[in-house]
Amino acid sequence: MKTAAANKKIRSRRTLSKNDRFTLAAFIGIPTLMQIIFLWLPALITIVLSFTYWNGINVGDIKWAGIANYKNIFFGTPVFYEALKNNAIWLLWFTFIATPLGILLAYQIDRKIKGHKLYETVFYIPVVLSLAIIGIIWNFMFQPGGFIQGIMGRDIGNAISIWGNYDINTYVIMGVASWRHIGYIMLLYLAGLKSVDSSLREASAIDGATEWQTFRKIVLPAMRPVNIIIVVITIIESLRAFDLVYIIYGTSTAWPLLNILVFQNFAGQGISMKGAAYAVILLVLCVGPILLYLRAVFKEDLK
Amino acid sequence: MTTIVRDKKYRDKQKRKDNLISIFIGFFALVWIFPILWTVWTSLRPYNDIISYGVFSWPKNLNFDNYFNAFRQMGLTRYFLNTLYVTVPAVLLTLFLGSLIAFVVSRYSFKFNLSLLLLFTAGNMLPIVLTYIPVFWLYIKIGDLFGNRSLLYNNYLGIILVHVAFQVGFATFVLSSYMKTVPKEISESAIVDGASVFRHYWNVMLPLLRPPLAALGVLMSCWIYNDFFWALILMSQDSKRPVTSALRQLQGEYVTDFNLLAAGAVIVAAPTVILFFVLRKQFVSGLTLGSTKG
Repeated sequence: MKTAAANKKIRSRRTLSKNDRFTLAAFIGIPTLMQIIFLWLPALITIVLSFTYWNGINVGDIKWAGIANYKNIFFGTPVFYEALKNNAIWLLWFTFIATPLGILLAYQIDRKIKGHKLYETVFYIPVVLSLAIIGIIWNFMFQPGGFIQGIMGRDIGNAISIWGNYDINTYVIMGVASWRHIGYIMLLYLAGLKSVDSSLREASAIDGATEWQTFRKIVLPAMRPVNIIIVVITIIESLRAFDLVYIIYGTSTAWPLLNILVFQNFAGQGISMKGAAYAVILLVLCVGPILLYLRAVFKEDLK
Repeated sequence: MTTIVRDKKYRDKQKRKDNLISIFIGFFALVWIFPILWTVWTSLRPYNDIISYGVFSWPKNLNFDNYFNAFRQMGLTRYFLNTLYVTVPAVLLTLFLGSLIAFVVSRYSFKFNLSLLLLFTAGNMLPIVLTYIPVFWLYIKIGDLFGNRSLLYNNYLGIILVHVAFQVGFATFVLSSYMKTVPKEISESAIVDGASVFRHYWNVMLPLLRPPLAALGVLMSCWIYNDFFWALILMSQDSKRPVTSALRQLQGEYVTDFNLLAAGAVIVAAPTVILFFVLRKQFVSGLTLGSTKG
C-alpha cells in the first residue's frame, strides 16, 4: 500500500515532461514577475526613497537623508497630526456607526422583512458608482443651487459654503463616506448570514430570547470568519481613505488625510520624498490588519 | 395546544414589529436613494429654469436635451471608447493570469504554493500610493529604453498593466479558493490520460471555472471602469483618459452648467448600474467568494 502510494507520487512527478515543466514555470513566472515588477518592487523602492532627498527627476540627484524626512514629519509638520486625527475620526466613525449600521441592515434584510429586495438594491447602488460620480452627486446636494441649500432657503446668490465650513464638514464627509460603506458591509454580511441556520434563530426566539440576545448569542458567533474580514476591511478602508476627500478638496489640506499628504508631496508643487515617508507610515499602520486578514483567510493552509 | 397559542402570539407580535422595522428602513432607503434621484431630476431640467425660477421651482421644461448636449459638448463617446480600451484587456488579462497561479497552487503541491498565494493576496491590500512614484518613473525609463517614451506612460498599455498588477491578487485568491472545491479526481484522471499541463489547465480546469470567472469579470469590470485615478497620473493627454477621469475634468469646466454635468454623471454611472441590475447574482457572488471563504 505504502509503496503503491510512493510509486504513484514518483510516477506523477516523472510524468512532468520537459514541456510540462516549462509550462508550469511560465504559469507561475509570468504573473509573479508582473506582480513583482509593478507592485512589490515599486513598494520597496518607495520605502528606500523615504530615506532620501529627491525631486523625482534624475536618479543621480538622489541624496541620502537618513531619517530626516520622518523627523520632519513627526516634529516639523503639524498637519501630519491633523491628518492622523482625521484618519482616526474616520476609523471611529466607521467602526462604531457605519459598519454596525451595515450589519444591522443586513440582519433585518436577511429576515425578509417587507420590501427587503428593494431595500437591498437601494443600499447597494452607491457601491457600484465611481467616486468621480459620487463627488458630483453630492455636490448637487451641497453646492450653491443644490438641494440642501434650497432647503435652507438659500439661492445661488446667497449660498453658504458647506465643504468650507469647519464646524460641519467632518460630519458631512463622514455621511457621504458612509453612504458607500454601509451598502458594502451590508452585502458582505448578508452573504455570510445566508449560511447561518435559520432554525437556530427561530428556536432561540421561541424560547423567549430577545432579538438582541439572539443576535449576540447565536448569529454573531456563527459569523466569526465574516466578522474578522469586516473588521479588517473597516480598518484598511479608513486608513487608505482618499478618493472622496480628494474629489472634494483636491490636494489641498483643507481636510487632510495621510493619503492626501502622500499625494500632495507627489504631485502639485514639486515632488518631495516626504510623500514616500508618509506612504511608509501608512504601510506600517496597514501591516497589522493585513496580517490579521491573511491569518483569518489562510488559517487552514498555515497549519 | 399551548405552544401553538404561544407561537401565534409570538408571530403576531413579531409581525407588528417587523412592519415597523420595514417602515423605518424604508425611510432610510429613501434618504439613501434621494441624491441619485435628485441628480437625475436635475439632469432633466434646463439650467436657465433654475437660474430664473430657483431650485425648487415647478419645472417649465423637462427633456433630454442635457443628455444630447453632454454627448456632443463633452465628447463622451471618445472617452467611453478609451474606457473600453483599458477595461476589457485589463479584465481579461487579470482573469487569465489569476487563473494560471490559482491552477498551479491548487493542483500541484509545490513548497512555495502558500508563499505565492500570500504574495498575491497581500499585494492586493497594499496601500496603492506606495507605488506611484516608482511606477511613474519606471514607465518613463522603460519607454526611453525602447526609444519611445509613450510606450507605457501616456498609453493604454501602461494603465492596463497597473490595473492587472493590482487586481490579479484578488482574482488569484478567489479562483484558488474556488478551485480547492473542485474534486482532485478530475485532475488525476486528466493526468492519467496523459494530458499535458497546458491541456489540463485549458481543457479540463478552465471550463469548470466559468462561474467564478464570470463573477470576477463583472466585479472587476466595475472596479476598473470606476477607477479614475491611475489615468490622472499616467495619462498626460486629456483625450486618452477614460470616461470617469474625463468626468472629473469636466466637473471643473462645466461647473456653471450643472444640469449638463448632471446628465454627464448619469450617463457615466449608467453602465455599472445596468451591469449591477442585469448581472446582480454574479456581482454579489464575486464579492462574497473573496470575502467569506474563511
